[in-house]
Amino acid sequence: MAEMLSGGDMLIRSLQDEGVEYIFGYPGGSALHIYDAIFRQQKIEHILVRHEQAATHMADGYARSCGRPGVVLVTSGPGATNAITGIATAYMDSIPMVVISGQVPTNLIGTDAFQETDMVGISRPVVKHSFMVKSAEEIPAVVKKAFYIATTGRPGPVVIDVPKDTTDPAQTVPYVYPDAVNLRSYAPVSGAQPEQVQRAAQAMAAAKRPVFYVGGGIVQADVEVDLRELVSLLGAPVASTLMGLGAFPGTDPKSLGMLGMHGTYEANMTMDDADLVIALGARFDDRVTNNPDKFSPKATIIHLDIDPASIDKIVASDIGLLGDARSVLRALIADLEGVLNNRSEAEQASHKNALQAWWEQIEGWRAQHGLNHKLVPEAGKAILPQLAIQALYRATDGDAFITSDVGQHQMFAAQYYHFDLPRRWINSGGLGTMGFGLPSAMGVQMAQPDAVVACVTGEGSFMMNMQELSTCLQYGLPIKIINLNNQALGMVKQWQDMQYGGRHSQSTYSDSLPDFKTLVEAFGHVGIKVAEAAELEDAMALAFSDTYKNRLVFVDVWVDPHEHVYPMAIKGGAMRDMVLAKTLEERV
Amino acid sequence: MRRILAVLLENEAGALSRVVGLFAQRNYNIESLTVAPTEDPTLSRLTLTTSGDEGKIQQIIKHLDRLIEVVKIDDLCEDSHIERELMLIKVLAEADVRQEVKRSADIFRGQIIDVSADTYTIQLVGPSEKLDAFIHAITDSAHAENQAKVLEVVRSGVSGIGRGHRILAL
Repeated sequence: MAEMLSGGDMLIRSLQDEGVEYIFGYPGGSALHIYDAIFRQQKIEHILVRHEQAATHMADGYARSCGRPGVVLVTSGPGATNAITGIATAYMDSIPMVVISGQVPTNLIGTDAFQETDMVGISRPVVKHSFMVKSAEEIPAVVKKAFYIATTGRPGPVVIDVPKDTTDPAQTVPYVYPDAVNLRSYAPVSGAQPEQVQRAAQAMAAAKRPVFYVGGGIVQADVEVDLRELVSLLGAPVASTLMGLGAFPGTDPKSLGMLGMHGTYEANMTMDDADLVIALGARFDDRVTNNPDKFSPKATIIHLDIDPASIDKIVASDIGLLGDARSVLRALIADLEGVLNNRSEAEQASHKNALQAWWEQIEGWRAQHGLNHKLVPEAGKAILPQLAIQALYRATDGDAFITSDVGQHQMFAAQYYHFDLPRRWINSGGLGTMGFGLPSAMGVQMAQPDAVVACVTGEGSFMMNMQELSTCLQYGLPIKIINLNNQALGMVKQWQDMQYGGRHSQSTYSDSLPDFKTLVEAFGHVGIKVAEAAELEDAMALAFSDTYKNRLVFVDVWVDPHEHVYPMAIKGGAMRDMVLAKTLEERV
Repeated sequence: MRRILAVLLENEAGALSRVVGLFAQRNYNIESLTVAPTEDPTLSRLTLTTSGDEGKIQQIIKHLDRLIEVVKIDDLCEDSHIERELMLIKVLAEADVRQEVKRSADIFRGQIIDVSADTYTIQLVGPSEKLDAFIHAITDSAHAENQAKVLEVVRSGVSGIGRGHRILAL
């Protein structure tokens, strides 16, 4: 005989049966039956945030760092609308997440009831799918479907809107959690067509100037080992998107770092000059391609993606590989090995020479305008933000989970912190959500309790969700926050410097910034202010020392407010068209 | 190029709004849209006319297919098919125009389904082009006195089906 449970209890029991560890949420009227069910169980820990947006970013950071879906619970109306930014953030970066929103009782839907909003409607453009629960009986099946859809194929957020009457404790129904999902209209793709894989392998073996262009899909597929094998087999360079950093080791000589708008000179030049671009789990975002009509003009394009709609969306591919990264990479490796081993000695020698010439060209670019990773502090000069990232890298032995917000600090972190493992670099790439850094770091720390987690932020982004410092105290999260304080909305200001004659419209507020050290101390944490370059290394070392192992430390680094992020793509140009410094506008 | 897409959709609340929302969200054009349940009550069938080059149509189909509630899609224009649209058109029919409208309706094999002292309501079925041609015929007479004044037009939007054994079903 099945156990009799209320809808609220079934919802929580279903989450337990789904293996959920944490719910990130905030209670309210329509969700109270569910909250009572949470109170009466021990298996799932609920993390009480201070704003629903932060709950979604925490669930997101949790999911990005460990690969399991993040779970959010909010109430109806403002609880639901506050969650939207975080849902959209997860949607743009294809992050598995299940968001449960309370809803007014079924009989009040559509009456403009207190705290009523059409959550299914308002979230529709930014979810992979959504459900409105119609009765208590269907809750287990809906939860099962939601997790299945969120985590398979191209992952994404799924909303479950739960009218209060369906969780009524007075009404119980038999509880059975389904073993399997039956969705006739949803079948995630698996392996690619063998003939396409064979064509790709042939093209790879024939290419004289190949480059891998690796995106977030490879991180999500957990195929870093397969990627390394494929890269080493072909011997080609690897350029990563902002979302793909860490999929291939950043310290490997074959890594060209990030490509795109603020990508390295060598990555962008390599992409532009390549005769074969092997795009793996990347979506040809406008921040990568610059003008798509001028994208890699000499290249054959191979595009592996799990989402058919991503292939040929921006740039037409010559060889599309629709499938999941794991099986397609395995098939590619096997086919490429076959093709490479079946060549004559002359062919092998000629291929080797071609690749050698290609690498000489790339190393030339790297030597010419590559990033300087050995910056040294200059006495009496303002701290360069790049230097702060280098100090962070040293203080954490390059082994931390780094989350970031959005702006200059995000680009500096992406450029200067080398990620050797996937899921270590966590940022809002697609939506570009300021306020993501702190809460996502909290989610990461929940998923990785023993890991060093640092949030690289700027004072603008940090102030968008700094209320979560209180949550950090409540749950004892020893996050390290590195605030690159340039007293301005740095990236906005940079664009205004470069494109608006230096007119800083609404991008500065230096007279009204809080004293962050005092602020974080008021929240019960440790604050350190660094204004002198000479103090930077020591301050960073202290923040990550055993002294503060169990404390949240906020390092307020006052950086040079005039620094720009370079390289920067020239709008409308090809990937090779970059501004490299304030004084040198290089168009090759 | 104009395309007619036939879509089988789960017959569930909110499914249609996802289809319509997708077109708005991605700046695709909907020229007409008809939807009703099929003989299987769990499925709705939707016929949607849109336009765009081959690349755009492929994107539309892929994005439609990504919607969880979309079960199957067919681009009817890829092969031989039949399209029909129903139009109810009410015209001011007085004096000489009254005869003229009646004649045109007969030629187009339309039926006058409602009559008042000075109006006709005509029902016409056919491909969208034929309906356009009928409106053109009664309003674009060379002689001004023979031009009918259209009072109201109701069009159902296109419904389409493949010819022969070309079948869109589960």
